[in-house]
Amino acid sequence: MHSARRRRPTGAARVIFVLLCGWLTLLLLVPLAALVVTVARSFSAVVAALTAAEALDALLLSVSVAVACIVLNGIFGVTGALVLIRHRFRARRLLDALVDLPLALSPVMTGLGFLLLYGRSGALRPLLDAAGVQVAFAWPSVLLATLFVTLPFTLREVALVLEEIGDSAEQAAATLGATAWQTFWRVTLPDIRGGLVVGTTLTAARALGEFGAVLVVGGSVANRTQTATTFIHAAIEERQEAAAYGMALLLAATAIGLLFLLQRDRK
Amino acid sequence: MGIRVQNLVKQFGPLRVVDDVSFEVRPGELVALLGPSGGGKSTVLRMIAGLETADSGQVWLDGERVDHLHARDRQVGFVFQHYALFRHMTVADNIAFGLSVRDVPAAEQRARVAALLDVMGLRGLGDRMPAQLSGGQRQRVALARALAPRPKLLLLDEPFGAVDAKVREELRRWLRALHDEVHTTSIFVTHDQEEAFAIADRVMIISAGRLEQAGSPVEILDEPATEFVARFVGDVNVLTGTVRDGSVHVGRLSAGPGALPQDLPPDSTAVHMVVRAYDLKFWRDDSGPATVRRVMTLGDRVRVEALLDGAGDPGAGSPGAGETAEGAPIFAQFPRRSSLLSGIEAGSRIAVEITRARVWPIGAAR
Repeated sequence: MHSARRRRPTGAARVIFVLLCGWLTLLLLVPLAALVVTVARSFSAVVAALTAAEALDALLLSVSVAVACIVLNGIFGVTGALVLIRHRFRARRLLDALVDLPLALSPVMTGLGFLLLYGRSGALRPLLDAAGVQVAFAWPSVLLATLFVTLPFTLREVALVLEEIGDSAEQAAATLGATAWQTFWRVTLPDIRGGLVVGTTLTAARALGEFGAVLVVGGSVANRTQTATTFIHAAIEERQEAAAYGMALLLAATAIGLLFLLQRDRK
Repeated sequence: MGIRVQNLVKQFGPLRVVDDVSFEVRPGELVALLGPSGGGKSTVLRMIAGLETADSGQVWLDGERVDHLHARDRQVGFVFQHYALFRHMTVADNIAFGLSVRDVPAAEQRARVAALLDVMGLRGLGDRMPAQLSGGQRQRVALARALAPRPKLLLLDEPFGAVDAKVREELRRWLRALHDEVHTTSIFVTHDQEEAFAIADRVMIISAGRLEQAGSPVEILDEPATEFVARFVGDVNVLTGTVRDGSVHVGRLSAGPGALPQDLPPDSTAVHMVVRAYDLKFWRDDSGPATVRRVMTLGDRVRVEALLDGAGDPGAGSPGAGETAEGAPIFAQFPRRSSLLSGIEAGSRIAVEITRARVWPIGAAR
């Protein structure tokens, strides 16, 4: 937009640019290219490995968990952000800090925490057994752990936008006779749509990529609690290289696809 | 539709931003709340609209108490300083919003929007997005949006604060014309005196959360109720003087009974005398009590600044603005071709006559 004001690059800027490109190549492009080349070399083996029941179940679980996280985080993220930004209450600062906790905690630790609650001798076990529900080493634990690690993204992105746009449009809607519900759907939601899209993308990427927490709480049981990432882990352990590389490339491609969608939406 | 505000109080932490404010606005009136920034004007307006809850006090609209009602049920239109338009809606959808949330039939909505676009001088802009409009156009959209549901009362919070000076001038005249046409009872907040006096039927001066005075522009200018109002409104000289024999003496200068109010404080009271720039006369007189420092030509008027000898005794209490030991600065304004100006230039000695002044004892309760 301000192209007229863009300066010609100086010598130093050129050196930095070249260094940056080298850095990105080393860290991103070379490993990705290696993955692509390896997969291309043994393409038929990769296809066979990825269409096996184990791989498909792992993919299905990963995608279902990601979709559930997007929906649940969408609902709680938006309401949570509205509460945090639009209201002043006593525990606000504490709650605000707690929201970021999943970003700071190691996922493995999170998984352990969940195990202490739902595991064999967990605190909630008698209750769950009485209800006949299995959480640990079953899909609910995978969902819970992933929900926990993806909690901040949507909420934070939406809160950022809410803070930036202020509440005067919402106040205007109220003076014009709109109910809280009407104001939310017709004024607030369209305004925070951008933040919601970014939050959702980050949630999807993180949910598909989560490894530590789901390994600890789910145990990577094939066809039951194995996700795409823990499938890769198991495949490497069993020297099933085609399966491991194939699934890794699939995840990488999905992540890149998500980022491209995000870029397009920003324009 | 009339409105009555009674004993409104609002406290933010330790600060009492609105302190026992009461007033009435008659049906069809256009009233300005005028005062320095941060004086609580906007808070009063927001409490009337229901965007802020009063700590105590009442708001009556049309003889009906409304302060327990939610903003959406008060039928009060509100125009925000920064427009607060719905960014993702077209101009037409913005204006129709207050109708569509009340399920007004679509055909009726369209007719009302078209009529308002016309009145507001926005014809042909209905399909634009707010971001594609100028500041003045946006504010007119905001006004049209507020008027669309036919509110009982229209409130405008610094409505022209965010547009540049020239557009502001235009919008002012246009708001007055619009009000004369639709007669919606309206209150607007401003810190700009010219704006308040130019548009409003009545002006209420609010400072530090208190209503200082309510009256017509002429009443506010000529009969200020408090020293604050006298000093706040217009270009004024504030001189520190003493009462003696029915006159006020400031160094060698004195203001006689003809220029002063009748209820003068007793003799030898130290007072602040507030004199408007057009209630002073200067003329060339080599034995006069003041020296001209600057003469400025401001279009159709000339402003003359002078220094009054021997005035400004700091012992007399808080000095007027800019007083020093050498004298007190005074200034006056004259029409450009006034005969009084002949011989007046920087350095010349002048005589000074005060034709009208207000007087307040120093240190007395306001």
